[in-house]
Amino acid sequence: MIKQLSWKVGGQQGEGIESTGEIFSMALNRQGYYLYGYRHFSSRIKGGHTNNKIRVSTFQTNSISDDLDILVAFDQETIDVNHHELSAGGVVIGDSKFGPKLPEGSQAKLFSVPFTEIATELGTSLMKNMVAVGASASLLGLQSDIFKSVVEQIFSKKGEAVVLKNMDAIEAGRKYFEKESAGSVGDFQLEKADGNHRLFMIGNDAIALGALAGGARFMPAYPITPASEIMEYLIKKLPEYGGTVIQTEDEIAACTMAIGANYAGVRSLTASAGPGLSLMMEAIGLSGITETPLVIVDTQRGGPSTGLPTKQEQSDIFAMIYGTHGEIPKVVMAPSSVEEAFYDAVEAFNIAEEYQVPVILITDLALSLGKQTVNPLDFDRVKIRRGKLDINEDLPELDKGTYFKRYEVTEDGVSKRVIPGMKHGLHHVTGVEHNEQGKPSESPENRKAQMDKRMKKLENLVDRFPEPVLKNEQHEEADMLIIGVNSTKGTIEEVLPRLEEDGVKVNHGHIRLLHPFPAEELQSMINKAKKVVVVENNATGQIAQLLKMNTNVEKVESILKYDGNPFLPSEIHHECKELFAYGNL
Amino acid sequence: MATFKDFRNNVKPNWCPGCGDFSVQAAIQRAAANAGVVPEELAVVSGIGCSGRISGYINSYGLHGIHGRALPIAQGVKMANRELTVIASGGDGDGFAIGMGHTVHAIRRNIDVTYIVMDNQIYGLTKGQTSPRSEMGFKTKSTPAGSIESSLNVMEMALTAGASFVAQSFSSDLKELTSLIEKGIEHKGFSLINVFSPCVTFNKVNTYDWFKENLTSLSTIEDYNPSSRMQAMNTLMEHDGLVTGLIYQDKDKPSYEALVNGFKEEALSTQDINLEKEQFDKLTAEFM
Repeated sequence: MIKQLSWKVGGQQGEGIESTGEIFSMALNRQGYYLYGYRHFSSRIKGGHTNNKIRVSTFQTNSISDDLDILVAFDQETIDVNHHELSAGGVVIGDSKFGPKLPEGSQAKLFSVPFTEIATELGTSLMKNMVAVGASASLLGLQSDIFKSVVEQIFSKKGEAVVLKNMDAIEAGRKYFEKESAGSVGDFQLEKADGNHRLFMIGNDAIALGALAGGARFMPAYPITPASEIMEYLIKKLPEYGGTVIQTEDEIAACTMAIGANYAGVRSLTASAGPGLSLMMEAIGLSGITETPLVIVDTQRGGPSTGLPTKQEQSDIFAMIYGTHGEIPKVVMAPSSVEEAFYDAVEAFNIAEEYQVPVILITDLALSLGKQTVNPLDFDRVKIRRGKLDINEDLPELDKGTYFKRYEVTEDGVSKRVIPGMKHGLHHVTGVEHNEQGKPSESPENRKAQMDKRMKKLENLVDRFPEPVLKNEQHEEADMLIIGVNSTKGTIEEVLPRLEEDGVKVNHGHIRLLHPFPAEELQSMINKAKKVVVVENNATGQIAQLLKMNTNVEKVESILKYDGNPFLPSEIHHECKELFAYGNL
Repeated sequence: MATFKDFRNNVKPNWCPGCGDFSVQAAIQRAAANAGVVPEELAVVSGIGCSGRISGYINSYGLHGIHGRALPIAQGVKMANRELTVIASGGDGDGFAIGMGHTVHAIRRNIDVTYIVMDNQIYGLTKGQTSPRSEMGFKTKSTPAGSIESSLNVMEMALTAGASFVAQSFSSDLKELTSLIEKGIEHKGFSLINVFSPCVTFNKVNTYDWFKENLTSLSTIEDYNPSSRMQAMNTLMEHDGLVTGLIYQDKDKPSYEALVNGFKEEALSTQDINLEKEQFDKLTAEFM
């Protein structure tokens, strides 16, 4: 019996690879196993190699694994492209239809199973993925009935007969493989899971759910990989809560429409990836100078330009922190797990309204699209705070010829906010520098007063932000401090025990608030470590540069990966060894 | 009831003396009062350019945004609070050059916003460059040898894009302009009102006199029927777009808001945004 294994299904895009992985992992999630998935796909609909790698374990993991135990192949390309990941004793299950062959020297064990043939005999070749699921189940020592509830959920609309046929296909695959493999494979039987019910979702699901729970009721957005799931979820759900999604003509419209709705009092967000964020930059400045709350999600993918649209990267960090011309107060939050993505989405709206600033929630492709097991979300942690806005307030009458002081200079820089429709709240809002009533003003004194007022707003944010850096400090005097952001958290956590085993005392800091930068928190971690290493998915070491700018750190070492794929734990481990030839620590 | 005086504030416009935009300002103030709107229920959203300043010159809620984006901002405001009267405004550069993508899609979408374009066929605030509304051969600082791009016929374009309300007016005719804006406010859907608003400083061709000579009022065309899209298109073509009046109105086309699934009559901005525990549990159960 084993506690974890890694399973991958691959084939041509459009062949049902995604649904094979989905059915397999949903069923296991319902048994109480922990799942962590990563999809490899291309920017096309049909054709091209795609695969879905899923880690199954009886304990929580938030990283893909270094190697692979089981590879389910619908074509020879899947074997050729992925066999190098297979562990010694790994298994390949290929459809007999294409005559699967192992490359020379492969240690893996190959089983040719007539997926297509069995499925066709049962009614339709479309069910070949079900046969593959059944064969996998046999290897893991699982019975077909664990797939029943998932198959029912997916196919019940098509009638009971279709449900039964698909279940037959799973059972046929399971039986065939059981007979074929009897006694000839290693132990792939998973220990029984705890049977607890947990959520199974991608980061984008969590953000969309968090937005809904956080009171967002309007989302203008333009489709883009890897952000579209957020709008797709909300268009299904928002109508039940009075709100809606508008698919706009472009990202500029999406961002400015969200600004219009927020100005008029509705929590509103938009979501995109790098290309869309580039288009939104001017509007982000409008939100900043008009002090209109705004929440934008940036699901980072490979840049620049169209770059690597379906691949992992963390290279928008500088653009999100510094983007828009001129100077505005802005918040950039970075969740590092699906759970955090949910709570952060709620909090993004609170911060946007309390501080009256644009908030960018930055994720990366692996976090946005990686499907994983998530512990139950705590509804009691969902609190809506709207800051200095009370839409039911009776405002005192204004003196004739004056406007409400929407931009009143206050101690904390935040002014009282009113929305259109409120009596005695009339004021003007403009992206031109303005006075307390929102009327354009170019006077040097006013400019300075308003700029200082705006920039002051975020002074206390780092202190108020819960855990701006996630600190795993096992050592008061560490040999090494590893720093990361977003989805690399789980991978770094996987590396820590390996380094400890090597005799390296290692601490880990994961940055959750990118801007304003939690310099003090990081400084205290840096002070406890002999060496600082930053792990990030970009070519120029953006987080490393932020550390150099904001903290007193003598030297920062970078472990970078920008080939489009997420880090494997072994890669970080190996580079740590190389960087710090252990004897020298 | 508010009167047009309630829509006046004490801000002195920075437009040149004689600018056509003054009448547009007055017409909006009068039309809003005539339509029974009160200042706190009016939001004027404007773009960038001389005319974009208009949101600051009307006593109402006002948002002066970024160049070319008055329409998406205005649509966001309307979706957030459909009880408001929302007017979007700007110049021909704002709406037909940098913001053209939004104009076409706002027309298609048909959210109940009244869009008033102050069309002077030139870029005024940047001191005299060509606009998409400038005629071929028009000499400006950016086209010293005369424009070699054709002028965009925006009224025809609006009809083609599926507009439910298309009107055109001239800033000298305050009465007609006021009446058209009032109709636009009352129209349930997107209304486009293009107003010839002469730039007395930089456009020495399309002057007040030029318009008086070249414009044809639709009221002078016998049996003109603004519910006929085909007649509207033919008339625009016959007069090279130089007509004034209500060109086309489709009173039956439902507004976007009317078609949104589950969209309530009350303002979205006033609805409770807290979820109940049971609602949340139901939502999370879908991910198990």
